[in-house]
Amino acid sequence: MERYLKALYLFLTTAIGIEMEYQLNFIVEVIAMIGTLSGSIFILSLFFTQGQQLGNWSWEQALIIQGIYTLLDGITNTVLRPNLREIVNYVREGTLDFVLLKPIDSQFWVSLRTFSPSGLPEIGLGATLVIYACNQLGVVLNINQLVRIIIILASSSITLYSIWFLVAATSIWFVKTWNATEVLRAILSSGRYPVSAYSLTLRFIFTFILPITFLTTVPAEIIIGDSGYNMIYIGILIAVFFFSLSRMFWIHALKYYTSASS
Amino acid sequence: MKDRAIIDVEQLSKTYQISDKDPGFKGTLKHFLSRKTFGVEAVKNVSFKIQPGEIVGFLGANGAGKTTILKMLCGLIYPSSGSIYVDGFNPAKRQNDFLKNITLVMGQKQQLIWDLPPMDSLQVNAAIYGLSESEATNRIKELSIMLELGEELYRPVRKLSLGQRMKTELLASLLHKPSVLFLDEPTLGLDVNAQARVRSFLSEYNRKTGATILLTSHYMADITALCSRVLCIHKGELFYDGGLNSLTNKLTPYRELRIELKDQFNPKEFENYGIIKTNTDRFIEIRILRTELPKVISRILERFEVIDIEIKDPPIEELIGKLFNQRRI
Repeated sequence: MERYLKALYLFLTTAIGIEMEYQLNFIVEVIAMIGTLSGSIFILSLFFTQGQQLGNWSWEQALIIQGIYTLLDGITNTVLRPNLREIVNYVREGTLDFVLLKPIDSQFWVSLRTFSPSGLPEIGLGATLVIYACNQLGVVLNINQLVRIIIILASSSITLYSIWFLVAATSIWFVKTWNATEVLRAILSSGRYPVSAYSLTLRFIFTFILPITFLTTVPAEIIIGDSGYNMIYIGILIAVFFFSLSRMFWIHALKYYTSASS
Repeated sequence: MKDRAIIDVEQLSKTYQISDKDPGFKGTLKHFLSRKTFGVEAVKNVSFKIQPGEIVGFLGANGAGKTTILKMLCGLIYPSSGSIYVDGFNPAKRQNDFLKNITLVMGQKQQLIWDLPPMDSLQVNAAIYGLSESEATNRIKELSIMLELGEELYRPVRKLSLGQRMKTELLASLLHKPSVLFLDEPTLGLDVNAQARVRSFLSEYNRKTGATILLTSHYMADITALCSRVLCIHKGELFYDGGLNSLTNKLTPYRELRIELKDQFNPKEFENYGIIKTNTDRFIEIRILRTELPKVISRILERFEVIDIEIKDPPIEELIGKLFNQRRI
């Protein structure tokens, strides 16, 4: 465990080291960070000007969903995207060999090897938004509530990660699957709005096939207090299910890894 | 004898599923729409044993199956059939205790972080192998002296020369004191000096630590400098396992001379010295018996005005192929 924490710390510091190695690139990265942030704010501002109901959600309630979506998007840009995009390269160039030969879990390595700081402000923005909307709605954020929020958001993040990882891991067979993950990203962006704002068919898909409902809508319901403990348990269960699935799939996929010739 | 062997391979085979693509757009379409895959036997019924501390060379042409065997020994590729034991482990399971004891160096792939100095990558590796800071520092010091590395460790990898990079790759691969080393073309693309340095490092490492080394190369010089025992692979089959000396005589009884002359010449005049391979204008290539080399060279120098003379081994692919065919027929 200690070995893993130490490795994680070094992954983080070397990632920052790589970003800072090129001064110009670092400046560009900061600009990109500002760009991502202002993009998110712009979409939110469009949302602000509407001020109407979405599904059966009041505007402030929907704002919580926006906040959670922004937060998850931030996590995506910081951790998921930079790492899972690399899986394709590991397979194509055969450098997965080095990962597999390390006495460390390969899924851990390929999922957390690098970080991109450009998503961090988005995470901050998302959190701020949730807190702001809670204030507007008069939701009291006590410790108990906060723990529940953290648990459900952690479950959402793990579910999101696992689905993404499942798609990225198929590159062991198909080598180039980055397009598929982009499609996935587009679908996931439907999590911006409450599930009840969509048609019945989509609602069904988002709840039972791609658990988008559980990424943003359910956590928002829990924050507002519309959902009880049951939903938290279901959220955790879904996270555990998808995470186990991603793990089994990865281990299975590695049996088919043929390694690029050298 | 069996339980003493550190590497024990029996009846190992590997079949790859591949699909070919015809050239051109039409071929691309066909390849995309109806891909026909077929099995290619990359390794066929290979068996051998290696004792601890041995340096064994793997010889074979490109595509002979050397790398595939090496990767199965590391546990990167699952064998189609047969059994492998390395240090008492089944490599395909990739247990941590096994991985901590082996290393794979690939001349064509690199694990060091391109944008950062090797030191950063070394720290990551040290953490992953669970080395303490003082252990890692000592180990890096020890290896960098053997490899003659100094400030290179603090310079971004992308600024290093190929030779320096290979040496730092070796350092990174050996940080955790593995006792079994798999080296796949470790001297590929290096100049003669750098090749020699890598070789002398490997033999010193073997002497000091008693590590077992299995290396592939298609530079004959690597093999002759390091290995007393060689395994020859051709088209996935092991057809020679034994001492290097008897093989060298079989493999390279000939040397090739490439001579540049000052003036045009009559090729007929060279027929007495050896077999003429090519001759163009002022250049001639002849194949002569190794034992007659000094005699022939001095005679040529006496008779002709020579500008340049180059002595080389005939291409190893050609020789192995020939030997393989002799054995078969």
